[in-house]
Amino acid sequence: MKKTFWLAGAMALALAQPALGADSIKIGFVSTFSGPTAAIGNDMRNSFELALDHLGRKIDGKPVEVIYEDDGQKPDVGKQKTEKLIQSDKVDFIVGYIWSNVLLASLKTAVDSKTFLISANAGPSQLAGELCSPYVFSTSWQNDQTPQAMGTYMNQKGVKSVFLIGPNYAAGKDMLAGVKSTFKGQVVGEEYTVWPSQLDFSAELTKAKNSKADSIFVFYPGAAGVQFLNQYAQAGIKAQIPLYTAFTIDELSLPLQKDNALGVPGAQQWVNDLPNPENKKFVEDYRKKYPNLRPTFYGAQSYDAAQLINSAVVAVKGDTTKKDAMKAEMEKANFKSVRGPFKYGKNHIPIQNFYLQDVVKDADGQLALKTVATIVKDSQDGFHDKCPMK
Amino acid sequence: MVLVEQSLNGLQFGLLLFLLAAGLTLVFGIMDFVNLAHGSLYMMGAYFAATFTAWTGSFILGVLLALGATLLLGIALEFVALRHLYGRDHLDQVLATFGLILFFNDAVRLIWGPAGLALPLPAWLTVPVQIIPGVYYPAYRLSIIIVALAVAALLYVVVMRTRIGMLIRAGASNREMIGALGINIKLLFTLVFGLGAALAGLAGLMQAPILTVQIGMGENILILAFVIIVIGGIGSIRGAFLAAIFVGMIDTLGRAFLPDLLRMVLSSAAASTAAPALSSMLIYLLMAIVLVVRPEGLFPAAKR
Amino acid sequence: MKLQINTSNVVVALVAAGLVVLPLYSQLTGNIFILTLFTRIIIFALAAASLNLIMGYGGMMSFGHAAYLGIGGYAVGILAHEGIGSGFIQWPVALAVSALYALVIGALSLRTRGVYFIMITLAFAQMAYYIASGMSRYGGDDGLTIYKRSSFGGLIDLSNRVQFYYLCLGCLFGGIYLIWRIINSRFGLVVQGIRSNEQRMQAIGYHANRYRLVCFVISGTICGLAGALLANNTDFISPAGMYWTRSGELMVMVVFGGMGSLFGPVIGTIFFLLLEELLSQFTEYWALIMGPLLLLIVLFARGGIMGLLGRFNRG
Repeated sequence: MKKTFWLAGAMALALAQPALGADSIKIGFVSTFSGPTAAIGNDMRNSFELALDHLGRKIDGKPVEVIYEDDGQKPDVGKQKTEKLIQSDKVDFIVGYIWSNVLLASLKTAVDSKTFLISANAGPSQLAGELCSPYVFSTSWQNDQTPQAMGTYMNQKGVKSVFLIGPNYAAGKDMLAGVKSTFKGQVVGEEYTVWPSQLDFSAELTKAKNSKADSIFVFYPGAAGVQFLNQYAQAGIKAQIPLYTAFTIDELSLPLQKDNALGVPGAQQWVNDLPNPENKKFVEDYRKKYPNLRPTFYGAQSYDAAQLINSAVVAVKGDTTKKDAMKAEMEKANFKSVRGPFKYGKNHIPIQNFYLQDVVKDADGQLALKTVATIVKDSQDGFHDKCPMK
Repeated sequence: MVLVEQSLNGLQFGLLLFLLAAGLTLVFGIMDFVNLAHGSLYMMGAYFAATFTAWTGSFILGVLLALGATLLLGIALEFVALRHLYGRDHLDQVLATFGLILFFNDAVRLIWGPAGLALPLPAWLTVPVQIIPGVYYPAYRLSIIIVALAVAALLYVVVMRTRIGMLIRAGASNREMIGALGINIKLLFTLVFGLGAALAGLAGLMQAPILTVQIGMGENILILAFVIIVIGGIGSIRGAFLAAIFVGMIDTLGRAFLPDLLRMVLSSAAASTAAPALSSMLIYLLMAIVLVVRPEGLFPAAKR
Repeated sequence: MKLQINTSNVVVALVAAGLVVLPLYSQLTGNIFILTLFTRIIIFALAAASLNLIMGYGGMMSFGHAAYLGIGGYAVGILAHEGIGSGFIQWPVALAVSALYALVIGALSLRTRGVYFIMITLAFAQMAYYIASGMSRYGGDDGLTIYKRSSFGGLIDLSNRVQFYYLCLGCLFGGIYLIWRIINSRFGLVVQGIRSNEQRMQAIGYHANRYRLVCFVISGTICGLAGALLANNTDFISPAGMYWTRSGELMVMVVFGGMGSLFGPVIGTIFFLLLEELLSQFTEYWALIMGPLLLLIVLFARGGIMGLLGRFNRG
């Protein structure tokens, strides 16, 4: 009984905790810090923290306070955390969002309260089109852009036919549609698997093998990418049909995919070895601050999000009530991005280059991602026409 | 050719499910205990195997150590917590072991980190082998089939031909009676639970090289295992074996051929969306039908 | 039912009074979030109360109650998506579809008992989950955003936080009142009688399964209402909300509070969701504490919080 009261008291106290009154810049960060995909959230947080270190933990002389919230990869939880950050913590910016469905669920809360939301990963087509908002910016891409680049590359390679495999959810369909929109050869098969529960792709691989296609294209983010590559290699298909990917091989999955990933190409707007000075500093300091880890594109996008916020707050001299001026500044993308220079479309989605990445052994004999070529320059998403802004 | 390969895929998946379901049905049948944490033991088997393989540098040694570790973990778990739940309401057991799932998931995250592990195969298991002319099949998937069949045969011999097996069968049909006969029932229960845990661990580590070693990996497949033991008849190893192969086949063949079948009646886009959802529903539909028509399952263990 | 003054009744009265004056506190302190948080808690409390009706009083261990949250929510979401925004249409449809689903599922599931019943309700809920995942027109796995909350003419504005809060609270109190009336009615007494001794009730001439089925459908319908409220609260509906772990959480809320106690699910839901919120502020590893706590409650505190309060009263 006493315990119950004590607990209730503690709860009341924790909930009644007054917001920090000090003059600071408050940023909410919603990502996945628990469950099987927590590694992605951790990388985003690491990179965001590193960006703050590089900014001296201050923006325009004001201390920065970041509140990290875990969405557990669930849309309703993400929405609830977004509400908490906006209503209870009264943050100036809200950043993060790995998953399209979590972002779509949370979007309305942010837009209605006129809080700037910066998506550091998720890029559903609605965000670029009909749901675009003055208060929403992306430091990543729109889903279709990356596979479109891959389709273009496959044309360049002279691939004649492809078998497509992807998970049965919106991003999965966006990805396969993206490849189909640019790939000029024949699509001999298209398979969707149950997401996220299906991990055994034997039935799909058998079909792909027997389809006599020239190539296979897959999109499997996170752990599913590890399983797909394992099974692809074990079935002996690697020697027969080359694989092309989007978001399937990154610095988080590579240590688990190991040699299976060797020589499998992917498309990306950022690769760890891009030769600009900001990126070198980012990657080097990241590896120094977090030994044994390498930053991923998720991290790079989060790092950029911090820089984007910095540019906006500096432009209004720390007065975060000047929303229009901050919006105008952010639209200029006036900061040094680790992906190199890019512009914003009127829908606040980057217009940027996409690169071909390959998996190679680096000087220490370790597997690493390497930029091989630029596939497309200044790629813009195909949904900007549907955005009513401007 | 495709059909042969897809059937092998189905058989392999079914046998893997059998390994998981066998432990579950043993524990369920003998102790009348619903163990949702069985999926967590499956996960622990995979994590142990990945860790021990990395330490020892040998896949076989790692696997053997992991089997021992899951056996011990199962026994410890039974001793500390779960034995107090025998004879309790099924609801209590469901809730308590649901709590264990939460605990194990976070404990693994704390110990091994959130990223998951890799369990690489020795080179001799990564090549495809020719089983009949023109049909190649991954060696490792073939080895899963062989190991699972061997385990099934061993279980059959142990349960049907040995004294301990006799006690197990007696326990499944009449719990009070073997207690009355002066058998150390507590010890028997602990051993059976440990055996079930080791079987779950074996399933987890066998699938680790093809699927994954990650947090929450046991949850989806656990529900499938429950479906299997309900279809097969709770407590029946034979039922679990047949139902597991049945479910494995339905799942794999459904995924392989349903999209093309649906494309004959639906538009291509609608078919490719509906097919995966429909093929995962098939199994639950099957279970519902079995429960409605034969609530005791297809091959119930003899009762009383 | 004679009203007694004892610890559990005092706690229940305090909690109820607290819920009523919460918007005032929120207004005075400017803490909007506490209102948002408790709106969610109240909706889940309604769902838990409906589960308690069949679990605590009817002895039916449904492991698929999250399906009704989804069905009620999808009824609102799909109608809104198709341009029908009126709550006068959306809500009755949500209730009707939930009731219909409960009728079909119940008629089939009630042929089984015990652990088979747990498993078959789980199987049907998983099927509902996969159906929702396959509805590509309504977002499939990604879910469906609801851009406008249900409109009730000028009667009540669901976008207004305080009004929506009181609507949810009204539904909760209404639901509990209904359950109280049911369990004290002749019908309710029969259902409880069947739980404790089915053969005897059969022998007296009651058709046990018919009574069970009606109880099951009432429970599903109330939970469908909670689903419609939840969809309006989150402006969003997705299959993830019907996954089996959500059904498990609902059971946990009921058992935390005390199964078969009228207000137990409310107390349990408040306790569970606040604890989750609080622990997740201190540590990412909140389940490391929540999991064993659940085990301990099952092992040592069968009656949940209400049971503990009752024990305190006697001792």
